[in-house]
Amino acid sequence: MIRFQNIHKSYLVAGKDVPALAGIDFEIAAGEVFGIIGHSGAGKSTLVRLINLLERPTQGQVLIDGRDITALPDAGLRDLRRGIGMIFQHFNLLSSKTVAENVAFPLKLAGLRDAPAIKARVAALLARVGLTEHADKYPAQLSGGQKQRVGIARALATEPSILLCDEATSALDPQTTRSVLRLLAEINRELGLTIVIITHEMDVVRTVCDRVAVLDAGRVVELGPVAEVFLHPQHPTTRRFVLEAEHVDEGEQVDDYAHVPGRVVRLTFKGDATYAPVLGDVARNTGIDFSILAGRIDRIKESPYGQLTVAFTGDGVDAALQQLAARRITVEVLRP
Amino acid sequence: MNQLFVNIDWAEIWTATLDTLAMLGGSLLFTVLLGLPLGVLLFLTARRQMLEQPLLFGVLSFVANVVRSIPFVILIILMIPVTVLITGTSLGVAGAIPTLVVGATPFFARLVETALREVDRGIVEATQAMGASTRQIVLHALLPEALPGIVAAVTVTAITLVSYTAMSGVIGGGGLGDLAIRYGYQRYQTDVMIVTVVLLVVLVQGLQMLGDRLVVHFSRK
Repeated sequence: MIRFQNIHKSYLVAGKDVPALAGIDFEIAAGEVFGIIGHSGAGKSTLVRLINLLERPTQGQVLIDGRDITALPDAGLRDLRRGIGMIFQHFNLLSSKTVAENVAFPLKLAGLRDAPAIKARVAALLARVGLTEHADKYPAQLSGGQKQRVGIARALATEPSILLCDEATSALDPQTTRSVLRLLAEINRELGLTIVIITHEMDVVRTVCDRVAVLDAGRVVELGPVAEVFLHPQHPTTRRFVLEAEHVDEGEQVDDYAHVPGRVVRLTFKGDATYAPVLGDVARNTGIDFSILAGRIDRIKESPYGQLTVAFTGDGVDAALQQLAARRITVEVLRP
Repeated sequence: MNQLFVNIDWAEIWTATLDTLAMLGGSLLFTVLLGLPLGVLLFLTARRQMLEQPLLFGVLSFVANVVRSIPFVILIILMIPVTVLITGTSLGVAGAIPTLVVGATPFFARLVETALREVDRGIVEATQAMGASTRQIVLHALLPEALPGIVAAVTVTAITLVSYTAMSGVIGGGGLGDLAIRYGYQRYQTDVMIVTVVLLVVLVQGLQMLGDRLVVHFSRK
């Protein structure tokens, strides 16, 4: 649906070309929630703005439904933008307009003059984001979470097929972040909207995204299903994000196990295996002992996963690892 | 009372007050009508703005600065031929207004430009992302968002115009400033001077209070 084709983008800073994106090449599928994660300065804000051409690539094309949008004339570009909603870190609501007027704003810009139709549409949108009773307030009277909900209602007003989220939860507290992410997931499910989320928080990706691209210094260094990237990070940048999300310092952790006897392995369970008594089963079958050193059981979007760091002792360790692998559990040996 | 204000001709004071108000109202109207679009143009053509036009911006900016750097008394004299061309006279209320407008417009335009710059860029970006044209962005996002700032700019400009009207009294513009100079200064009638100055103070205070109230009324932040 959205295809980046060999995108390069550089900015002229003090007479010098500074590259922001260098060779971006991937596709976002229709109906998915796609995360783009990167540290500040990695180029993610630029990347998301290529989709509605708030930024233009220096080189390369952006295709939406097979159409090269960089070749669109001004009028075509305005039409395209009406089909793409966008929400922002700082909400960017018009302070001079009420909540209802803010939500009606894109409809008025699109030339809609039918007042009852606008009113009905605004009421439906405010009901969807749970702000019906705040319709006549001004943005300054709302909390951050409420402002972002207005932003979402406004972005959905023109019934877009794509929603871009630029660090949409970065200015919100964790609880509000969760409720905004729940709303985004709901919108994705019910409206079939393609959602592109830019963030620097792995938790955001883990909660709502189907696939994720990790951006580092203007390049995609890792891309895949969230579970894959989250549980088996390959690139150092990805690993850092995962560890940040788990609040773990990898170096510290390895030192902690120095005095633990046996073979240290990391087991990754996905889906139903997460809740099955696999470890006890295998231990009984092979006569080994195990001690759990670290672990977490959580969810990636809708599906549960578990990741345990375990020390195995006894003669049957090899057999045990084979049995675990046979049960579709990913085994990584951290210390032989 | 009569001892104190022997030289005062209250009918003349009343006429002069009306003249000052007429000069102020007329010149403020035309200053806003010309200065607002000029301010928008200055804002839009500046560097990294929507209609970036370095040459046009440079020329407008230079002209605005030149006019603002000419002392108003000199501008009055320079403008005499132009005023005669426009209004047929360089005297009285009609003769004063073109000069007042020329003097105040660049000042007001700069204030409008500043007020527009105060609008969060994110709001412009969000409006652009909705598919708005530049015209729509200016009319429906920038100007409404900058309204409190623009009202404050009108207030400051109106007060500046009050002092300009007093100066145009020098060459026969009429109004309270004219009275102050002709009677108060040249004929040493201190009481006339005091009355006119008090009236001007009241006028300026009133304008500032009205402006402040309107700014609060239009602010939603």
